[in-house]
Amino acid sequence: MNDTTSHVSQSVDKIPVTVLTGYLGAGKTTLLNRILTQDHGRKYAVIVNEFGEIGIDNDLIVDSDEEIYEMNNGCVCCTVRGDLIRVLQGLMKRKGRFDAIVIETTGLADPAPVAQTFFMDEDVQAKTRLDAVVTLVDAKHVVARLKDSPEAEDQIAFADVILLNKIDLVDDDEKSALHSVLNHINPHAIIHETSKAEISLEKILGRGAFDLGRILEDDPYFLTNVHDHHHHHDHQCGPDCSHESHAHHDQTGTHGNLNTIIHDPTIGTVSLRAGELDPNRFLPWIEKITQIDGPNILRLKGIVAFKDDPDRFVVQGIHMILEGDHQRAWRTDEERSSRLVFIGRDLDREKLERTFAACAI
Amino acid sequence: MTMPTIANLDTGTFTEWAGFLDGIPVFADAQGFIRVIEKNERRFDIHNGILCAKPAFDGKSLLSGGEDGKICRTSADGSSEILYQTATRWMDKIATGPDGAVACGSGRKGAIILSSGEVREIEVERSIEGLAFAPKGMRLAIARYDGVELLWVNTKNPNQFLEWKGAHTGVMFSPDGKYVVSLMQENALHGWRLGDNKHMRMSGYPAKVASTSWSYKGRWLATSGAPAAILWPFAGKDGPMGKTPKELGGMGKTMVTRVCCHPSADMLAIGYENGMIMAVRIDDGKIVSLRRDGQGAISTLNWDRSGARLAFGSEDGEAGIIEIS
Repeated sequence: MNDTTSHVSQSVDKIPVTVLTGYLGAGKTTLLNRILTQDHGRKYAVIVNEFGEIGIDNDLIVDSDEEIYEMNNGCVCCTVRGDLIRVLQGLMKRKGRFDAIVIETTGLADPAPVAQTFFMDEDVQAKTRLDAVVTLVDAKHVVARLKDSPEAEDQIAFADVILLNKIDLVDDDEKSALHSVLNHINPHAIIHETSKAEISLEKILGRGAFDLGRILEDDPYFLTNVHDHHHHHDHQCGPDCSHESHAHHDQTGTHGNLNTIIHDPTIGTVSLRAGELDPNRFLPWIEKITQIDGPNILRLKGIVAFKDDPDRFVVQGIHMILEGDHQRAWRTDEERSSRLVFIGRDLDREKLERTFAACAI
Repeated sequence: MTMPTIANLDTGTFTEWAGFLDGIPVFADAQGFIRVIEKNERRFDIHNGILCAKPAFDGKSLLSGGEDGKICRTSADGSSEILYQTATRWMDKIATGPDGAVACGSGRKGAIILSSGEVREIEVERSIEGLAFAPKGMRLAIARYDGVELLWVNTKNPNQFLEWKGAHTGVMFSPDGKYVVSLMQENALHGWRLGDNKHMRMSGYPAKVASTSWSYKGRWLATSGAPAAILWPFAGKDGPMGKTPKELGGMGKTMVTRVCCHPSADMLAIGYENGMIMAVRIDDGKIVSLRRDGQGAISTLNWDRSGARLAFGSEDGEAGIIEIS
């Protein structure tokens, strides 16, 4: 984003926070130690919830008991992590001893309260910013996990970046099936195949995945979609995938047995497209949708072209939390179109499509 | 009141506590140092990182909890002892009570340390977010998710649980011991009248309440959390129930970050997010400026026993003593 007219405030002075999720044994600690020991000149503070089980090599490690707090606003999905609020407040009192924070969650952790903490607590929000949710997936065991654990699925659905780890332990057919599963649950995450969590750190750190200024910039779905939607080799779509070209896309092959692989096949994506929208219809609509369907919406992101507005309007959300702002001027070489994606459970595609279409000019 | 004079000091980091021990100015910072200011400044290395600090009830020592898992008692002469220690866990909650009692908390575990040296370990279902001794020291209030536990300090009688949905992030007793008031995650206070467990909602804040102080004789509870100090009336038998609070010291949109009531007059000191400090008379709201703005938000404010000097500290290290008389 080089655009100097950007309206979205740059959060340069806020400390970036990366959240590592993934089922037990997926390789979180291995990845964490890679982050900490690589010669990058940056210092990290690490927050863990399962201290002492496996060695982490860092000066500043804080252990905390996972505490999920529901907010007293009648919304069951408005949850924050009380332990993180406390620890982050303590850490931020002594600025200067670290450049970034990594939170390693437990294998069963729900990423939503962790992410929501960065939007719902004013003190945390003032001093830190959520950079990305990075989910490690054990290529060998994820299929079994998805059958018995909705947490594993949530962690994938919530991810900005997925490391398909231990890839050396599966063959090409399994690999291709795994990509289908991951793309079905979350076609918007960037997937990297790794073994022993080996990856160059710029692919997982400094992503700005929750930065409105960069929204959907690295989104693999939109990248392929915008450029006339051609499938690259590791992008295969699930049965609910909404790629427009699916009308003529082969629905058999690796798609066949997805419902038996996934524990809760209700999780999915709805992608919406339109031309210019009427802000007086769109803004109340998105408010209402997130109020009503918030508990089922895990993530939402979008870029909107409002009629007679020279600037792009960007939105993102987690459950009922919604954030939107003008981002930058539309470039002359850009098509003024509106795109919105929802990842969630039991999303009513027909209703979303119909009510969204009603916001168009 | 004549013009105040300020003696400045730089702690170089977040000032956790600034106040007086035995009349001597003392400053504790997030780095872990405690500074004692007499003719010269003396600096004592007490913790690897201080997370919380409170003066003892008798005002002769400072109790502090650290990133090193220790609870220390430090006197104005710089002597310090470790009262309690846990391995590797952040000790971030502390309270002091009569007869030298100290309570501390770290996650779901904590301890009560009596002056006899006796240690009683405590464990609660949810993380300890706040601790406070009752004025007579018989009971300890523990703020946690969904309410406040009242524990008997000297007996094994079961805890009383004051339930109210939501996250309670701090707690205090009124000076007469009749009320328990908690700070909540959602920009409100919640109170219970202990006689009949009647609830009190104190809401309407634009921000979380981080600082509270009882006025002289407990007539008012002053709080931060707004662009003015908010004072709830506690003089009547129903406390603040059904009453609107007083707003004092409003300075445009500048948020109040600290409040500290004067020890012997109906007056309070107010610290703001821009480093400004004001003294405000409660009766008529008359304001006297004590400090112009500075680098960082005021993080601590404490009067000496006579109310003639006010110690302050800020988030970025600016600190000092203001002489008022």
